[in-house]
Amino acid sequence: MIELQGLSKAYPGSAVPVVRALSFTVEDGEFLVVIGESGSGKTTTLNMINRLIEPSAGRINVDGEDVLGLDAVSLRRRMGYVFQGAGLFPHMTVAENIAVTPRLLGWPKPDIDSRIDELLHLVRLAPADYRGRFPRELSGGQQQRVALARALAAKPKIMLMDEPFGALDPLIRDDLAEDYRQIHERLKLTTIFVTHDMTEAMLLGDRIAVMREGALIQIGTPNQLLGNPADDFVKALVDTPKKRARRLAEVLRVTP
Amino acid sequence: MNSFDEAWGNLPDFLSWHVLLSVSALALGLLLSLPLAVLATRSRILRGGALTFASLIQTIPSLALLALFYPVLLALSHFTQDNFGFGFRALGFLPALLALTLYSMLPVLRNTITALAGIDPAVKMAARGVGMTRWQSLFIVELPLAAPIIMAGIRTAAVWVIGTATLATPIGQTSLGNYIFTGLQTENYVFVLFGVVSAAGLTLIIDRLLALSEDGLARRSRARVIASLAGLAVVIGASLYPMFGHAERSVVIGTKSFDEQYILGNVLADKLKSAGIVTTRRDGLGSTVIFRALAAGDLDVYVDYSGTIWANEMKRADSPGRAAVLAQMADWMKKTYGIRYVGPLGFENAYAFAMPRAKADALHIATLADLAAYAPRMKIGGDFEIFSRPEWRAVQKAYGLKFGVQRQYQANLMYNAVSGGDVDVISAFSSDGRIAQYDLKVLGDPKGALPPYDAILLVSPAHANDDGLLMALKPLLGAIDLATMQRANLMVDRPDDKLSPQQAARWLEKKITPK
Repeated sequence: MIELQGLSKAYPGSAVPVVRALSFTVEDGEFLVVIGESGSGKTTTLNMINRLIEPSAGRINVDGEDVLGLDAVSLRRRMGYVFQGAGLFPHMTVAENIAVTPRLLGWPKPDIDSRIDELLHLVRLAPADYRGRFPRELSGGQQQRVALARALAAKPKIMLMDEPFGALDPLIRDDLAEDYRQIHERLKLTTIFVTHDMTEAMLLGDRIAVMREGALIQIGTPNQLLGNPADDFVKALVDTPKKRARRLAEVLRVTP
Repeated sequence: MNSFDEAWGNLPDFLSWHVLLSVSALALGLLLSLPLAVLATRSRILRGGALTFASLIQTIPSLALLALFYPVLLALSHFTQDNFGFGFRALGFLPALLALTLYSMLPVLRNTITALAGIDPAVKMAARGVGMTRWQSLFIVELPLAAPIIMAGIRTAAVWVIGTATLATPIGQTSLGNYIFTGLQTENYVFVLFGVVSAAGLTLIIDRLLALSEDGLARRSRARVIASLAGLAVVIGASLYPMFGHAERSVVIGTKSFDEQYILGNVLADKLKSAGIVTTRRDGLGSTVIFRALAAGDLDVYVDYSGTIWANEMKRADSPGRAAVLAQMADWMKKTYGIRYVGPLGFENAYAFAMPRAKADALHIATLADLAAYAPRMKIGGDFEIFSRPEWRAVQKAYGLKFGVQRQYQANLMYNAVSGGDVDVISAFSSDGRIAQYDLKVLGDPKGALPPYDAILLVSPAHANDDGLLMALKPLLGAIDLATMQRANLMVDRPDDKLSPQQAARWLEKKITPK
């Protein structure tokens, strides 16, 4: 369980805080999507959970333990982290990229080797074909699959994902999103997933947290948001996929 | 033996020192600049400071940078001697090493800083995200990614250092520069060319091997990197091979930077070699440097001239006569430095002011006193030393000489300058065969402003009582008269049918060996 209590981030010399007194809870096994426009503070919030960014105020508890009192580096090794643009290490092969965190944790080599194959299967890349490739020899979608495998390598229970599929073609993107949702179920992960695409949010999330100007506007299941939007902004946000679905249905009906 | 064979014969010695010096300087430079560059990426102030410092070093002419380290180290050596009871050799390897190390730093610093700053922020973010510490991120991700650009910097540094190492010769460090300096001095262009080609060849080979490494790092091809490292190991190992073997401490022979000295250096080397003494050469040193080096034990034996020590070291402006000068000088050197005065070689090489005979006769100039009236309308040419030496001040004072123009030349070119009319008078050397060749008139010194300049053999404090060495040198004492030395000098200096200093030395040895 991840609990955020009064979490804030302000940068010195800037009057407006990036994140303001944010509080919400993510249950074990839950898939929470954080949505908002750019500048809404959603990425900052995510990065504060694994302390890539240090909060100015507030608390973060994971399974009842105060994260801010822990060593930031070992904390990050316990959480998976995937962000837009993959960020694979260009001088390492696929296998070496995936092995990074287990190596940092000092796993025995045979364990790492079998883990690499297991993960490549999980993200649907044939180990024999892909282990020895370099990132530049992969498509964007394949790179993102490897990044996902790398994040999962040390068997984290929590996954933090920052618009992980944002830069990909729609087809590949849906494919990957669907695959990941299955992985989330199968491995019983707790996922916090940042996006600005409401359709993606509704298709993936158990619950959706809507952020605007650093503050939490509303948090709830997709149906709660659809049925009872907190304000016009949320209403406009949820209307977009609704309208698109309706139009899509019309188009499909006309077509023979 | 012709010049080429002689040059070829020197290659193992010169090349091994050149490689040892360059490789050590590069290694030390890397050891300093890599950590400095890494720290600099974390501090704007340090970055600015390090780059400014390194750029500043580049603006100092390389020869001056090398030369400046000698006095600094000498002072430091005195300091440690006085305070901690140990000194070190201030001449030769150490100053050359330090100067070249500084020289190698800029390209490595600049490339490393640029490469580290240019790494994709997403990759650095990922490194933190997967749980790397700052140092792990640096060593596992950032440095490997920056490696090709850093390697390019190392290549530039290597090319600079190997080229600049040729300038280590004048501060007493043997290098491929010995060919160039000796060659320029004796107008032996086979030597100059040999030096240039061998230094360029070495640079090219090392550069190509490093390029292979750079390419290997860029393509992540381990085979290329290994091949490059193996190639470097072979080149460096083969170059250094001649160094192993003479482990025994050798006697170091010094020479100043003119032909007579090179000839005498060869004579000394041959004499000692035939007595079974292992020798090393330090050629082309400056007058002051060479004396200090002897006193400090960086050199063991060389030929100096009594007047030079009288004026430059003892700061004496009087001229009490030949025998008195020698006696007082010997005493002073022994008391002050423990230097052993072995004895005179038998000839004098004095500073002698000379002008074309025809012009001198036309103006009725026979002595320096006669010259005074014409001096303000005349140009005088000197070598690099004369105008800053006490003898020059003594002569100026004694005769009231004030020349309109003063010019400095490399000793060889001085003679061309006066015979070609570029200058009217030159500060010639009395043992120089070219005085006769160019028909110059040596002007008299009626007031005795110039001290005598007997060629004398000096031995370092460490060998002051080395009977084997002194015995080997003994046959040279009083053995070389002025005419013989002039002839030997002319063999090297004459424009046609030149001999190398070594060939002239062989002629001289034959001439002075009692039949």
